[in-house]
Amino acid sequence: MTRFLSILTALALSLTAHTAQVAAQTSPGPLRLEITEGVIEPLPFAIPIFIAENAAASDAAQDITRVISADLRGTGLFREVPASAHISSVTSFDSPVQYADWRAINAQALITGSVEQTSNGQLVVRFRLFDVFADQPLGDGLQFVGSPESWRRMAHNVADQVYERITGETGYFDTRVAFISESGPKNARLKRLAIMDYDGANVQYLTDSRAIVLAPRFSPNGDRVIYTSYESGFPQVYLMDVATVTRRPLDALPDTMSFAPRFSPDGNRVVYSESVGGNSDLYLLDLNSGQRTRLTQAPSIETAPSFSPDGTQIVFESDRSGTQQIYVMPVSGGEARRISSGDGRYGTPVWSPRGDLIAFTKQLGGRFHIGVMRTNGSEERLLTASFLDEGPTWAPNGRVIMFTRETAGADGAPALYSVDISGRNLQRVATPGMASDPAWSPRLP
Amino acid sequence: MMSFSKIALLTAALALSACAQGGFGARGANTVDLNAAQGALDPASPAYFNQTVGDRVLFAVDQSTLTPEARATLAGQAQWLMTNAAFTAIIEGHADEQGTREYNLALGARRANAVEEFLVSQGVAANRLRTISYGKERPIEICSEESCYQQNRRAVTVIAAGAGA
Repeated sequence: MTRFLSILTALALSLTAHTAQVAAQTSPGPLRLEITEGVIEPLPFAIPIFIAENAAASDAAQDITRVISADLRGTGLFREVPASAHISSVTSFDSPVQYADWRAINAQALITGSVEQTSNGQLVVRFRLFDVFADQPLGDGLQFVGSPESWRRMAHNVADQVYERITGETGYFDTRVAFISESGPKNARLKRLAIMDYDGANVQYLTDSRAIVLAPRFSPNGDRVIYTSYESGFPQVYLMDVATVTRRPLDALPDTMSFAPRFSPDGNRVVYSESVGGNSDLYLLDLNSGQRTRLTQAPSIETAPSFSPDGTQIVFESDRSGTQQIYVMPVSGGEARRISSGDGRYGTPVWSPRGDLIAFTKQLGGRFHIGVMRTNGSEERLLTASFLDEGPTWAPNGRVIMFTRETAGADGAPALYSVDISGRNLQRVATPGMASDPAWSPRLP
Repeated sequence: MMSFSKIALLTAALALSACAQGGFGARGANTVDLNAAQGALDPASPAYFNQTVGDRVLFAVDQSTLTPEARATLAGQAQWLMTNAAFTAIIEGHADEQGTREYNLALGARRANAVEEFLVSQGVAANRLRTISYGKERPIEICSEESCYQQNRRAVTVIAAGAGA
């Protein structure tokens, strides 16, 4: 009986999956992917290798095509129809599109492009996006010009355009991630502040491994990173200029420890924790005037703050109730309202760049989760579960969260993962070695 | 003979300071071997403080309250510090890995402060003590089980030369 039931259930499940797929394939109207839909069948696209307009652009054309495809596939929202299935071959950027050939292989979107290396050494990337089933282009063709070294950024820019035109959401491929690169055994970890492209390329180290460094955050325009370092022998907040790799300590008071710094949305202020006499409270520092304001005055732990995107409120964690919970208060301090209400402990709240959600770390029954809730604490949703997940950071479009996942045991190691706010598409982010404490940059200017 | 024991003491002190630097309350194997070879420790040595008085106290999960056992150890630490006025101490607060990074930093600060306050209450001059939190950054035991966690939820009093600030 039990067996019969389980077979029935399996049948029902496969039927549902099948109809969902059919519906996605035959849906009428212009090409459009609603990310908020409950079930998403990845949208099939074709991307013939971009035309190399001259021999010097041949490698770049292949590399750029590969990165665009990887960006789109990595979202979990798109799948590529492999080149081996293509019927048409694109021989020139301006040749007419044979829509029927792309419909025949069920490519709903077609991306074509060309790459040229100009005589003055610039790389020119052009692309067009087509809605195959509507027999028409989706938006205008676009051209990007840059140095050959910036080919990855140009590829990410093309992918951002495709993503935006099809989903209606802002893309997040032309972004960077600040993180802590780790090496060595668990009881003597070496940590370095590093930044990389969101997909793990172009890793650059900003500190050496002499001092422990923790929990970096990008400034709103990505030009500075703020983090905690033990380089003075004691934990202190530092401000690093990314372009010049120069740093200075902020607000170093004797016999205090400062940590958990975050930028305000305008980049002019920093909220952080300072521990005096074993008691951690939140402070606001004006970077221009140096003026410091104490925001909380409680014997409990107040830390892990995060500004609302409009800059009027701060979400933070406190154990004033006896366990770690999440609170929201005005940016000027004052009365805080608790928003977390489920079982377990809640920490590391981070306000979504869209303003609608707060991501957090939850500890319950010896497991760690990354979750999201509305800013009033309602509609809590856990997205992940593992031995140790912590420290969410938002993609600038508020659709994807990156975090640290650490494995258990003497050989336990941290790595970066990303997940959709739907809980789908959990992926490990490529890093050269162990990595923790990711912080996603805004879209690069 | 006199000069021999002086050299032995110096060696022990050197090994100890290396241990303190490598740090985070790890009991250096070299220190133990050396001292075992030398027999009884000089009661005025940091090695005596670490091994006989006890340089660390342990805490319950997510707590910074001193247990009766911890208070007994700390009373001995206070006694030693008052007898040996040529030393200062840095109190390290640590947490196990079962917590978020920044919360554990704050928790380690609380633990270090609980130890500092107790030592001061016993008569140790506050300007000879300093605290630092390592949160969960420097576990001494590396398994992911309670047997290791309980050793990592600690405050370690690290003795250093110097008369205080």
